[in-house]
Amino acid sequence: MEAVISIAIGVLTGAGVWLLLRPRTFQVLIGLTLLSYAVNLFIFSVGSLAVDAEPIVRAGVPADLAHYTDPLPQSLVLTAIVIGFATTALFLVVLLALRGLSGGDHVDGEEEAP
Amino acid sequence: MRPEHLIVAPVLLPLATAALMLLLGEGRRGLKAVLNTASTAAGLLIAIALLQRAQADGPAAFGIYLPGNWAVPYGIVLVADRLSALMAVLAGSVGLAALLYALARWQHAGVYFHVLFQLQLMGLYGAFLTADLFNLFVFFEVLLAASYGLLLHGGGPDRVRAGLHYIAVNLVASLLFLIGVAVLYGVTGTLNMADIARKLALVPASDRGLLHAGAAILAIAFLAKAALWPLNFWLPPAYAAASAPAAAVFAILTKVGVYAVLRLWTLCFPADAGASAGFGNEVLVWGGLATLAFGAIGMLASQQLARLAGYSVIASSGTLVAAIGFDTPALSGGALLYLASSTLAGCALFLLVELLERARQVEVGPSVIDDGAAALPGFAEGEWSPGTNLDDDEEALIGRAIPAALAFLGVAFTLCAMVVAGLPPLSGFVAKLALLTALLELRSGPAWTLFGLLIGSGLLAAIALMRVGIRHFWSPQGRPAPRLRIVETLPIAGLLAAVVALVIHADAALAYTRATAQTLHTPALYIDAVLQARPVAPPPRSTPP
Repeated sequence: MEAVISIAIGVLTGAGVWLLLRPRTFQVLIGLTLLSYAVNLFIFSVGSLAVDAEPIVRAGVPADLAHYTDPLPQSLVLTAIVIGFATTALFLVVLLALRGLSGGDHVDGEEEAP
Repeated sequence: MRPEHLIVAPVLLPLATAALMLLLGEGRRGLKAVLNTASTAAGLLIAIALLQRAQADGPAAFGIYLPGNWAVPYGIVLVADRLSALMAVLAGSVGLAALLYALARWQHAGVYFHVLFQLQLMGLYGAFLTADLFNLFVFFEVLLAASYGLLLHGGGPDRVRAGLHYIAVNLVASLLFLIGVAVLYGVTGTLNMADIARKLALVPASDRGLLHAGAAILAIAFLAKAALWPLNFWLPPAYAAASAPAAAVFAILTKVGVYAVLRLWTLCFPADAGASAGFGNEVLVWGGLATLAFGAIGMLASQQLARLAGYSVIASSGTLVAAIGFDTPALSGGALLYLASSTLAGCALFLLVELLERARQVEVGPSVIDDGAAALPGFAEGEWSPGTNLDDDEEALIGRAIPAALAFLGVAFTLCAMVVAGLPPLSGFVAKLALLTALLELRSGPAWTLFGLLIGSGLLAAIALMRVGIRHFWSPQGRPAPRLRIVETLPIAGLLAAVVALVIHADAALAYTRATAQTLHTPALYIDAVLQARPVAPPPRSTPP
């Protein structure tokens, strides 16, 4: 499972960085979104991956990480998702405003000289 | 109400004010302006009270508040120590000055200015007061989200283009911040800064590399916000495009990054931290030196005054980061005084930029400022008696009154320039002298480089600012006096008065920053104070009838 998660994070990050460096605003936006997915998966994975383990303490089972999954990364991911979603939405608004003002979708507001 | 509640007040007050103003809708600017001013002034007073308490309690003063009343490593902790209180007072002063300036014109330039402004202050206060790494991330996002809105305030293609770049850079930096936090959590199993610092010694050698990688990624996020070269190319266009009050508040945003590095590095990587002692200090020193050189050359190269002010912010960031990298209490003490003086002067400079540009536009074609009541008077040119000295245009050379507005601009600009360039006798000089004295005792290659660069960058800044002064004040002929409103000149005068007060009480200010640096470089004080905090016992439950 570690390999699957690692590959997923790697592919998402690679695609995200590539798109981030493109000159079109929409590509930058998608790049940022992919990067934030990768980061969220990464945060999730630092709490040591576990199958069939839950973060809620049950009676009679000792409360340690051998029997439960770490609840903290999950709450961190939740916060990061909300914040990332809001800032991406804001970026989208600025993107549309720039498109309206410049008439193009280049990140600098004007096409490079050929 | 207990005295500890004062620590959380700077966060709650702007939040409540912002929520209230949102309920008021888009109109009712007058009421909002009053609310905003009252809340900002109250925030500054609370910050000053925190500072006085931190100072009164001696060197090891830590006000600690547990917002959720959870036991320490698990819940969020707010800590008001000397450094936090100092930064909070700076944020409050800069905020109040920018707001007073905005009341004249800029508050009408777009919707939700007052709400965004309060949220910006909330993010700043929160980032300075929190002692939890993830909570720091949340407050960073709050202050950044508000700064996106403030940067776009006023609209126009330039602001939107600069805003797009600014948002993209900061979103990437925030993602790096998250990765760094996640790695540190994975290695140490905690997010409380004091707890992280305590557990670093227990990290096994096999995890040491991962720990350093996480810390380095975190530092990149902070240094991108602190505008360290080569992560600072976003800053000059963004700050030059922002409206004057927004740019004035942004003068302290770069200092948030500097603060975070100072806090975490003195806490986690002191000289006695074993295998991690002084991790990354060389990068901080050389990065800071490169930034200082870049900022100084940028100042000399800029034609626009707003860009020049942006580069002066970069130069001061470089000085601070380099000084922090040496990890010496004497140098950090001087750097903190430099931080205070450069923040206040930078804020005043950004406010002056717009007034000076307006004075230039009067030359091209006098624009009409719509009210006459609250403007500084321009002196009428009197008749002169025969026999007085006349200039080329047959006008009297002696007894020609300088209009009050122009005189104010000239004096304010000169004072600002003296602080930014570090010329005697103002606070920039005192701070630089404290830095130079500390550097003389270090006697190492980087120390001599910083010594030379501090003096050289001061010279370059003086040349650049003098050139601007000549262009704005001496070369124009027969220009009508610019019209300023008194409410616009008040904040600038207030900031410069604060800078002058820093010189008059330089002894007390230096004593304070040096004591702050001593506390910072003894991380055990902070760690013990935070870890010994205990939740408040719940009130005894009344027995059900």
